[in-house]
Amino acid sequence: MIQAIVFLPLIAAIVAGLGNRAIGNVAAKSVTTGALLIACLLSWPIFLGFLSGNRAAEVVHVLDFIKSGGMDAAWALRVDTLTAIMLVVITTVSALVHLYSWGYMAEDPDQPRFFAYLSLFTFAMLMLVTADNLIQMFFGWEGVGLASYLLIGFWYKKPSAQAAAIKAFVVNRVGDLGFMLGIFGTYLVFNTISIPAILEAAPTMAGSTIGFLGYRLDTMTVLCLLLFVGAMGKSAQLGLHTWLPDAMEGPTPVSALIHAATMVTAGVFMVCRLSPMFEVSPTALTVVTGVGAATCIFAATIGTVQTDIKRVIAYSTCSQLGYMFFAAGVGAYGAAMFHLFTHAFFKALLFLGAGSVIHAMHHEQDMRFYGGLRRHIPITFWTMMAGTLAITGVGFAGVGFAGYHSKDAILEVAWASGSGQGAFWVGTFAALLTSFYSWRLMFLTFWGKPRWAGSEHIQHAAHGDHHHDAPADEDAGHASAHAHAAHGHDDHGHAHDDGTAGYHPHESPLVMLAPLLVLTLGAVGAGFAFHHAFLEEAGFWKGAIFYNQHLMHAMHEVPALVKYAATIVMALGLLTAIYAYLLRPTFPAKFVEQFRVLHRFLMHKWYFDELYDLLFVKPAFAFGRLFWKAGDEGTIDRFGPNGSAALVAMGSRVAGRVQSGYVYSYAFVMLIGLTAAVTWAIAGR
Amino acid sequence: MDGFPILSLMLAVPAIAAVACLFVDARTARWIALAATLVDFVLGCLLWANFDQSPSAPQWQFTEYAPVFGRFAWALGIDGFALMLIMLSVFLMPICIGASWDAIEKRVPEYMALFLLVEVLMIGTFAAQDLFLFYMFFEAGLIPMYLIIGIWGGANRIYASYKFFLYTLLGSVLMFIAMLYMSVTAGTTYIPDLMAYDFPAHVQTWLWLGFFASFAVKMPMWPVHTWLPDAHVQAPTAGSVILAGVLLKLGGYGFLRFSLPMFPEASGQLTWLIFALSAVAVVYTSLIALVQSDMKKLIAYSSVAHMAIVTIGLFAFNQQGIEGAMIVMLSHGLVSGALFLCVGVIYDRLHTREIARYGGLANNMPRYAILFLLFTMASIGLPGTSGFVGEFLSLAGTYQVSTWIALVCTTGIILGAAYMLYLYRRVVWGEIKWDDVRVMPDLSVREIALLAPIAAVVLWMGVYPESFLAPMRADVATLLERVNRGNPGSDSKPTAGKPAAIAAYEARVEEVSGHGEAGEGGEAAPAAAHGGGH
Repeated sequence: MIQAIVFLPLIAAIVAGLGNRAIGNVAAKSVTTGALLIACLLSWPIFLGFLSGNRAAEVVHVLDFIKSGGMDAAWALRVDTLTAIMLVVITTVSALVHLYSWGYMAEDPDQPRFFAYLSLFTFAMLMLVTADNLIQMFFGWEGVGLASYLLIGFWYKKPSAQAAAIKAFVVNRVGDLGFMLGIFGTYLVFNTISIPAILEAAPTMAGSTIGFLGYRLDTMTVLCLLLFVGAMGKSAQLGLHTWLPDAMEGPTPVSALIHAATMVTAGVFMVCRLSPMFEVSPTALTVVTGVGAATCIFAATIGTVQTDIKRVIAYSTCSQLGYMFFAAGVGAYGAAMFHLFTHAFFKALLFLGAGSVIHAMHHEQDMRFYGGLRRHIPITFWTMMAGTLAITGVGFAGVGFAGYHSKDAILEVAWASGSGQGAFWVGTFAALLTSFYSWRLMFLTFWGKPRWAGSEHIQHAAHGDHHHDAPADEDAGHASAHAHAAHGHDDHGHAHDDGTAGYHPHESPLVMLAPLLVLTLGAVGAGFAFHHAFLEEAGFWKGAIFYNQHLMHAMHEVPALVKYAATIVMALGLLTAIYAYLLRPTFPAKFVEQFRVLHRFLMHKWYFDELYDLLFVKPAFAFGRLFWKAGDEGTIDRFGPNGSAALVAMGSRVAGRVQSGYVYSYAFVMLIGLTAAVTWAIAGR
Repeated sequence: MDGFPILSLMLAVPAIAAVACLFVDARTARWIALAATLVDFVLGCLLWANFDQSPSAPQWQFTEYAPVFGRFAWALGIDGFALMLIMLSVFLMPICIGASWDAIEKRVPEYMALFLLVEVLMIGTFAAQDLFLFYMFFEAGLIPMYLIIGIWGGANRIYASYKFFLYTLLGSVLMFIAMLYMSVTAGTTYIPDLMAYDFPAHVQTWLWLGFFASFAVKMPMWPVHTWLPDAHVQAPTAGSVILAGVLLKLGGYGFLRFSLPMFPEASGQLTWLIFALSAVAVVYTSLIALVQSDMKKLIAYSSVAHMAIVTIGLFAFNQQGIEGAMIVMLSHGLVSGALFLCVGVIYDRLHTREIARYGGLANNMPRYAILFLLFTMASIGLPGTSGFVGEFLSLAGTYQVSTWIALVCTTGIILGAAYMLYLYRRVVWGEIKWDDVRVMPDLSVREIALLAPIAAVVLWMGVYPESFLAPMRADVATLLERVNRGNPGSDSKPTAGKPAAIAAYEARVEEVSGHGEAGEGGEAAPAAAHGGGH
C-alpha cells in the first residue's frame, strides 16, 4: 500500500514527462491527477489508523542502496505517526493542487511538463518523509529541491523566473552543505546512518566531545546544529530565507504546494524526526528556538509592507515556519507538527485563493490594483476569508479556526517551557503583525473601490490586446473572453470613471473552486478535530517524536493573560487594519511619510539580497576571473609550460613540425626504444 | 573462463581492427571501428559476468603470464578496480566512434585506427601486471591522444597538444626513474609482488613523489591542471569524451595501484599535500568555471574540481573514501563524457562553443534539454544520479580524517550547482536570440542512441550503486589492510558520552515523560520499530 502511495506519483511523472506532447494534455493531466487522487485515498486510512491507535509503525524494504562499511542505506519506506501526518498533508494538498491546475494552467502550452514536475515533486517529498535513514532523507531533500527549481523556472523564458530558480537551488545547497556535514558527523559518531539506530544511541553521547574544525565541542551540539543548517535552508529560516520570496516566480499552484504546504516544512519535519537527538543538546535547542523566533518576527515585519499578493503570503509562510521551529526548540514537537498540519491547509488555501484572484485579474498581482473584489468573485472571497480567520487564529473558549488551536498552543507552550518566554513575546508580537498583514491583504483585495484601471495587465485584457509574452499569456483565452463580456456590458468609448476600466473580474471555474472549498474545510475544522491527538496524546505519537508529557500538561496551566494574549493581539491587528485600510485609507501613506527610513528598510527586505550580492555573488565572479587570468594564465602557464624563452622557442620548433605529424612517430619510437633498452639492461643483470 | 586469455583477446580485437582500418576507405573504417568496439564491449560484459565477487575469490583474476625476456613478462590480470575501469573504457568506446561518425571528415581511417589504439592502450594499462608493461601502455596512451588533438583538433590545436605533451612527459620521466629504482631494489617487476614489498620509509617518500609527479599531471591536480582546459577545447568531441572519460582516470588508478599499496607510510605522511592541493582545486577551479564563456572550458574546469574529490577520497584511508573515489571516477567518466557529447551535439550544428551564441534551446530542442538537464544534475551530484553516490562517500570518508578539508571540499556542491545551472540557464533557457539557433533540429536518432545508454547507466549507478561497489569491496578491504599502517589519523574522533551527563539526561526524560507507559514511548518505540523493520 505505502509502495503505491509513494511510487504512483513517480510512474505518473514519468508517463506524463516522457509522453509529453505525444500523449497530449488530457492524458498527461489525467494520469498525474489520477495517481495523486489514489495516493490521497490510500493515505487517509493510514493516518486514521494511527489516530485510532490501530496501526503500528512499520518499515517496508524496497531495494538496497549504498553499502559501504557501516554506511548501509537501503531504499525503504517507513510508516509511523509522523510519516502518516505528512502523508495526508502531502497527498491531499498535492491532489487538490493537481486538480486546481487543470483550471489555472488551462491555457498553458506546456501542461504535461507542468503536471510531470508536480508529480515528481510529490514523489520526492514522499521519499523524504518515509525515509528510514539519513541518505534516503537527503535523496528526498534534494529531489524536492530539483522539482522546486524546475517549477520556479517553469516559465523558463522569463529572466526573473530563471534567476529565482537558480537562487532557490543554490541557497538550498548552502543549507545542504550543513546537512551533508551533519550526516558525515553522525556517521562518524554512531557508525550508522539508520535513523532509529541513531536515535536510540543518541542519549549515550550526552557529554561527549568531538573535534570540529580544530575545536573540541560537544558532540551532539555539533551534529544537531549542522543538521539544523540544512533545515534552515529548506525551511527558509533567517539568513537562508532569501530564495523563498523570489520563488513566487513559479506558477501559483506551485507556491501553494511546494512553497507553503509541503517542501518548506521539510526542515520542521526533520527536526521532529530527529527530536531525540536534539533533546540531548540543550544548546542546539536554544539555537533552534532563537532562529525560529527571529524568523517569525523578521518575516512578519516585511509582510506588512509588501504589495504583491503572493509575496505577502510568502513572507507569512516564512514567519509561520518560524513558529514551528521555536515550538520544536522548546521541546513541543507535537505542537510544531500540529501547526505544520493546520498551516498546510490554510496556507495552501490562501495561496490557491490568491491564484484565483490573480486568475480573475488577468495576472495582476499588485494589490494596489485590486479593491472591491468581494462582489465579483464571492466564492474566492469567502474561502479566503476562512483562510484568514484560520491564520490569524480566530476562536474562543476552545473552539476556533485551525490556527487558533495550533498557533495559540505554540505560544502557550513557549511560555510554559520557561526557556522560551522570550520566544513567547516575540511570537505574540508577530501574531499581531500576522493579523495586521492578513487583514490588510483582505481589505486591499476585497474591500474598497475598484482600482484596477491603472493596471497594465487589466488594460491589456480590457482592450483585447494580446501582445504578451508567453508566461503572462497562460490564460489569454480566458482574458479575451472576459474582455468581450466586459465590452458587452459597457459601450465602447464610454469613460469608466469607476476605476474598473470596463473590466469585470469573473469567478474561477469549478475545477479551481472545488479545491478551495475542500481546503476551507481543513482551515475551519482541522484544528478543532485533531488538537487533542496532536497535543495531548503520547499514545498517538507512539514514540515517533520525543514527547514531553510534562510540558504538554504545563501549557494548560499558564496565566490567563498568556492564554488570551494571542486573541488580544489578533483583535488589535484586525482593528489596526480596519482603521488603516477601511476607515482612513490615507493613513498608510502618511505613516510611510513619517517613518520613511523604516519603510525603506522593510521594503528592501532588511537589505539581505544586497548584502549577499556584495558578500558572495560579486566576489565569487571576481575571484573566478582573478584565478583564471592572474592564476592560471598569468602565473601557472607563464612560469610553467610557456616557461622560459628557450622553452617557448623549443615549443614553437616542436609545434612547427607537429603539423607534419612526424614528431609523434619520433616520440613514439623514442619511448618504445627507451623502454626496451632499459628493460634489456635490467633483464640482463 | 578458466585459462581463456580473454584480456589478451580484448587487446587483440581493437589492435587488429586498428591495422585493418588503415587499409580501407572511410566508410568501411567507421564500420570496422564500431564493430570492433562493440565486440570489445561484449567481451567486457562477459568479463564482468564471470568475475568472481565472492569473499573467497582470489584478488587477481583472468591472469595470464608469459615471460618475454629476462624478468619482463606479458603479465595480465585484473582486480575489481581494474574491472570497473575496463568496463568504463569499453562502454565509452563505441559511443566515441558513434560521436565521430559524421563529425570527422578528413583522414577517417587514421582517426579510427588511433581511437582503436587508444582502446588497446587503456585496457592494457588497467590489465597490466608487469611494471614496465604498465609503463608502456600508460605512456603510449599519450601518443594517439596527442595526435587526435594535433590533427583533428580546433584552431589552436598546436599549442594545446604541445602543452599536453610537455606536462605529461615531465611527469612520466620522474615516474620512470622511480620505477627503475623499484625494480632494481625489489628484484621484481611483477606488480602484485611489488604491492606487498616493503620499501624503507625514507625511500618511499622519494618514490612516492616520483609517481606523484606523473599521476598529479594525469589527474590533473592543481596547479598542474592547465593543460586540461586547452586540450579539451581543442580536441574533437570524441577526443574530449575519451580524455575526460578514461584518460583522466589513469591518475586515480595509479594512486590506487601504486602510491597507496606500495608506499603506505609515505602516503600517510604526504596526505596533507594531497588534501591541500585538492581543497585548493575545488574552490579555485569551481570559481574559474563560473566565469567561463566557452562551454568546453567550463566543463574542463569542473572536471578538475571533481577529480579533487577523487584524490581526497583515495587518501582518506577508509572504506567510504576509497569506494567513493572509485565511484566518482566512474561517474565522472560517464557524466563529463556525456556533457562533452552534449556540447558536441550543438557544436556540430553551429560550430561554436561560445555560451552566448546559444540560449533558448528548450524551445526547439526539448529532448536535448531533458538529457542535458539529467547530465547537469548528475554533475551537480543530485541524489539518484551517479554523481551523488561517489561524491557523498568520498566526502564522508574525508570527514573522518579532516573536518576542515571536508568542509572546504563540500563547498564544491554549492559552487558546482552555481556554475552548472548558470550554464544551463544561458544555453537552454530563455528566448531564442539568434536565427541560426532557431533552425537547429532536435537530437537525431544517432545522437539519442549515444546519450541514452549513458543516461541509463548514470541512473542505474545512482539508484543501485551496489552493482558497481560489490566487485571492488574485497579489493578495498585488502588495500585498507595494507595501507592502514600509514593512516594519518583523524582530527575529529568523538569521545564516549559522560556517565554523569547521560544520567542527567535520563533523569530529565524520566521527569518530563510523566507517568504511565505512554510517556516511555519517547525512547523505547523507535528501538522497537527498528527491530521490527529489519
